[in-house]
Parts: sequence; C-alpha cells; structure tokens
Amino acid sequence: MITINDFSKSFTIHHLKQTREAINGVSFDVEKGEFLGIVGESGSGKSTILKSIYGTYKPTSGIVSYDSEIFGKVDLHTISDRALIKLRTREIGYVSQFLKVMPRTTTLELVINSMLEMGENKKTAAEKAEETLKHFDIPEALWHNYPNTFSGGEKLRLNIACAVVKNPRLLLLDEPTASLDEKSKLKVRETISKLIDNGTTLIGIFHDLEFMDGLCNKVYDMNSKTLEERAI
Amino acid sequence: MPANDDVVLSIRDLSKQFGSGCEHCRDQSFELQKNMCPECHTVFAVRNVSFDLYKGEILGIVGESGSGKSTLMKMMYFDQEATSGNYILPEDNTVEGNVFNVSSQKKRQIRNEQLGMVYQNPILGLKMDFSSVTNIAEKLIASGSRNVGKMTERADNFLEKVNISLDRKYEAPKNFSGGMQQRVQIAKALSNYPPILLLDEVTTGLDLSVQADVLELIKEIQRDMGVSMIVVSHDLAIIRMLCDRTMVMLDGEVIEHGITDQILEDPQHKYTQQLVYSIL
Repeated sequence: MITINDFSKSFTIHHLKQTREAINGVSFDVEKGEFLGIVGESGSGKSTILKSIYGTYKPTSGIVSYDSEIFGKVDLHTISDRALIKLRTREIGYVSQFLKVMPRTTTLELVINSMLEMGENKKTAAEKAEETLKHFDIPEALWHNYPNTFSGGEKLRLNIACAVVKNPRLLLLDEPTASLDEKSKLKVRETISKLIDNGTTLIGIFHDLEFMDGLCNKVYDMNSKTLEERAI
Repeated sequence: MPANDDVVLSIRDLSKQFGSGCEHCRDQSFELQKNMCPECHTVFAVRNVSFDLYKGEILGIVGESGSGKSTLMKMMYFDQEATSGNYILPEDNTVEGNVFNVSSQKKRQIRNEQLGMVYQNPILGLKMDFSSVTNIAEKLIASGSRNVGKMTERADNFLEKVNISLDRKYEAPKNFSGGMQQRVQIAKALSNYPPILLLDEVTTGLDLSVQADVLELIKEIQRDMGVSMIVVSHDLAIIRMLCDRTMVMLDGEVIEHGITDQILEDPQHKYTQQLVYSIL
C-alpha cells in the first residue's frame, strides 16, 4: 500500500547558510492492513518520515508511493497539493502529540467538524462523534467545553478521536501515547487493534516497544536502517 | 492522476504596474530595486502571479505590507485595473474567456453575482450612514432582487448569522464597533450567496474575542455553504487556522506556495523562513 524507496530529507536553513541532513537512504514497504512500527533514538528522523508521508515536509529525494482508493497509485512526493488535501480528508489520517484547535470550538464540535469536512451529513457526524468520544472515555460533561482546558492525556485522546472518527485507510501515529497513563494507553491499544481488524494500515512511532508487542507486524529501525518482520 | 477538477477561479500571469515603465525595466532580466525600477520609479505591484482556486477551499495569501496582496485582491474584484493577465471564472456560464476583457457592465454583474469582498477597512465595503439592512439590500438589489419583504428576510437571516442583534438592524454601521462593522460587512458580502468570497485582512485590528467570532463565522460559511475563499492576512496564526493552501508573496511575486502546514513547518524560501521564525 505504501512504498518508501531510497528516501532522504534535508533542511536548508538560509540564515545560517546551512543544509542539515535529517534522514537518507530509507526504504520500506507496508502492505494493506499491516502495522509498521518505527523505532530509533530521538533525532534519528522518525517524525521526519511520518511528516514526509503526510506532506508536511517536502522530501528531498526518493519515492513515496501510495496506493490510494480515489486516485490509484500516486507518488506523494510529486502529487498536487489539491490531490494531497483530498487524500488527507478521505484516506490518510495523522495523529501528532499536539492538539491544534480552532478557538471557541467545543470538543464535540471539533470531532463533528472533522467528519463534516469529509462530506458526512450532520446527523451521522454527530452520532459517530458521540460514539467515538465515549469510546475514548472523554466524559460527557466535557463535550461542550473547549479542549484547551483539557489535561494532556485528554487532549491526546481527543486528537486520536478526531483522526479515528474519519475511519482512515492509512493512519500515521506520531507518538500518540507519549504522555498517557497506563489506562489511556490500553484504550489506544484497544483502538489500534480494532483498526487493524477493520483493515486500516498503520505506521506509528512509539517510545515503549512493549506497547507495540503483539500489534506490529513490521518494525523499521532508524539506526540500522533495517526492516524486520515480526510474528504477532 | 487527478484532473484539475472544480476550479472556480483561475489567474494566469497577472501583473499590475504603477507607472509607464522605461527601456530598462521593460527588459525582464533588469534588476528592480525591491519592486521598483530605480530609473523611472515605476512600481511593479504584482508580477506574473498565477494560481487556481478550487471549490470550497480557503486559499491564504501571506506577505509583508507592500508585497502586493491587496492589489491582487482589488484586481480580482475589479476595484483596480490589471496591467496584463488572464482571469477565468470557469463556473460562471454567462461569461467566457478572460473576464478582464469584458465590458464594465458585465464586470459589475460578475462582481454582484459571483463575488463577495470584505475589506480590511469597513468604510470601503459599507455605506456607513445607511442602516445595516439597507446595506445588505443594496447588494441584493445589485444582484437582481426587487422584493422588499424577501430582502428584509434575507438581511435578518444574515445579520443573525453574524451575531448582530436584530434590534439594531435599522441602525447605521457608523454607530457600531469595529468588530460589528466587520461582521455587517461579511453579512453584506455573503447575502447573495456568492460562490467566491475575497477577504482582505478581515481580522486585523479586531480584539481577540471578536477575532475568534469572525474566524468561526468564516469556517462555518465554508462548511455549510461551500463558498470558496481567498484570505489575505499577515497573521500566520490565522492562516494556519483557516487555510488549506497558502501562497507567500514578496515584492509583487509569489515566491512559494503549498499546503499550509508545509509552508509553516518546512518553508523553502529564505523570506518564508524568516516569516515563520517570527511567529510568536
């Protein structure tokens, strides 16, 4: 479903007259329904890969080939902005460690809006949003609050809820469990395993390897640049 | 690969110069001083700008003052004449080809039926001495409405949408606060359901709470009415909130364009980097 071939990314910082290489020579592929975990020390370029797949970073060279439902096989590196935006609304989800919200948008509205953007009707969007918030244990009392009053863990769960509610084909997870307690982590794990059952393809960065045990069927190591298959 | 579907507005090689130019600056390779010819002092406010606006999207334009953002907007709304360039509105069946070349009557019709404009300064978009309802009716009459009852109903509807209390609908905007004036201006611009809305620094100078109201309104309009918008702002936080795609302008030229989060997180051009590093 997604193939990364001889991928590299460097950043040119003009005012320092510097070009810094973040990653080079990364290659891996993920089949539909697989879960790839990316490991490596901090600064090794884990997030850079995810952001380059999502289009937040412009790759320097290499191929990021994605088998999309709406457009067929595309290179995310050269696809038009417009097409990439379409893929982001309908197929590719991204969960970061940070929650970005519109001012004065309530929790419930935030989740509903992310469905409305896909063209879902208001009634279905509201139903699914409530269902998803319940699943992630965000208490009903908070649904009409603004998320910037939330604790770190609540924000993170809401972030995941916003991505998962759209039922993406490919979900990119950038340390979604970084600041969660054990109970919330289990919730995330439960959701991930449900997504795997539904055939969602996942690429994720996690700090604790144990968390991924039994979920990932592939692990890519940034340090050795090797891809290893794992039995589930 | 995806085709260029649902383009609602298309601009090609649009330029605007103030001054007649001279033998030096007519030569494309001649180096200007910023955007001015050092010999004849002709200012090249907009230089060879090309872009497409798609249905239902919000396109951001950022850049410092004097970079040509507002001139670009004014040309699209026919407030200012273009020096050269192509302007196509593919969704408008009443007009074919470059709309810069159509009659001024036709331009007025396009302006009234296809476009809405919200200026940074409400004085440009509103008749300050006329009531809010009259202001909206003016736009509706211009676009062909004649039924007073229906126009009042429409005005009420939009004033409510922008949170202007209907008790004050017969009051003139000159009595209103800046934020309220801005909201009346948005109501007016939207009242005839134009498919394209041009917003020029609409939240500049508003206090944070009113700014949040206006942003919320813009997002809602996009979601509920599928209006395509061009948002000019020098505030990158607003661009981040609102825009799907963003263009960066400097000295009249588009120096970089892309998906908004890419522009903000992986800026390529030296000037864009400077701009992004300056975010508070």
